[in-house]
Amino acid sequence: MISLTSPVRTWAHGWPAGIKLAGLCLGTILLFAIEDMAVQTAAILAVLLLYCLPGRAFLRSGLKHLRVLIPFVVILLVWHFVTDDLALGITVILRMVTAVALANLVTMTTRLTELMDVVRRMLAPLRRAGISTAPLEIAMPLLIRFAPVLIERAELMFQSWRARSMRRQNWRVVLPMMLLALDDADRVGEALKARGGALPNKER
Amino acid sequence: MEKDLARIALFAALIAILGVIPKIALGFGVPITAQSLGVMLAGAVLGARRGGLAVLLFVFAVALGLPLLAGGRGGPGVFVGPSTGFIIGFPVAAFVTGLVVERLRMVPPAISAGLGAFIGGILVMYAFGTVGMAIVLKKSLVEAALLNTAYIPGDLLKAGLTGMLIAAVAKLRPEMLSWYRASGQRI
Repeated sequence: MISLTSPVRTWAHGWPAGIKLAGLCLGTILLFAIEDMAVQTAAILAVLLLYCLPGRAFLRSGLKHLRVLIPFVVILLVWHFVTDDLALGITVILRMVTAVALANLVTMTTRLTELMDVVRRMLAPLRRAGISTAPLEIAMPLLIRFAPVLIERAELMFQSWRARSMRRQNWRVVLPMMLLALDDADRVGEALKARGGALPNKER
Repeated sequence: MEKDLARIALFAALIAILGVIPKIALGFGVPITAQSLGVMLAGAVLGARRGGLAVLLFVFAVALGLPLLAGGRGGPGVFVGPSTGFIIGFPVAAFVTGLVVERLRMVPPAISAGLGAFIGGILVMYAFGTVGMAIVLKKSLVEAALLNTAYIPGDLLKAGLTGMLIAAVAKLRPEMLSWYRASGQRI
């Protein structure tokens, strides 16, 4: 499965995922609480330094994830240039880029299994209250497992479309994709049931 | 129970691939992704509760860092970016879409699904999206709404497609739509 985890192993990979998430929360709250441009500039430089530390490959893949923000940066620059408060615009841009970059840093240095463990621990109060979290723990792996399967199916459908029609494929492929996914779901449901159901025995 | 769970999980996967596969250019020239179409379909096919849960699972997976959002985005970063309102609004949009199709049983499925997609997938979704954008980009609500108008034609189209696709499902596989079977209608 494709993932956003960094190509390079860094020192931050060893940190507990819970601490990284808590730090991210705190950092984001602070960023949105402080309006001062000097602080925002310092913050973005600090985050840039964090991206530079693990080396060039890490920096490059990190910057690639930030490219999605470029259109918004352009819109904001034009907007605030026209309304004549460029300083405010730059502060908003700095804050947005820093917040997203900081969050991506956590994503890049934390494996999915570690995050799932954090989620499991955060949901512990629910389990103690008698609400089962098993459905979530079954549904997540199903989603992760079936996304590439469905992509493969879609690829096959595009190929057969191209083989049969001169026209470009359009929204009509969504219908068979959806029906196949729902058919699969029914079979997966039966398989789950045959293997003991979605709830552990003691919770049933 | 198991079947519901599997449908929820696989529909979440379907929404993911509708955003990840760039080839579904929908054939209108504009590079709009089909991801919001997936959200509308989730509500219209699975109904309010299960549709909302499917999209919630999808958003949860995105929050954990899976690159399932259109353009391969993912991770907590998307919740501080400018489109955060739309992403938070996704599950609510699917829920409302499902609510509309479940309530409007006397009309043909094409119309109830299209209307549901319009109310849930456009009105509700843009309400969330506009508030989110106003907060992140520090704009007034009116200004943020203005920035969003560019996407409305594409989404109107998707609401129409939802109606057509659901009509096709109702004709081909009526048992897939629990709300439809319950209404006792048959074409």
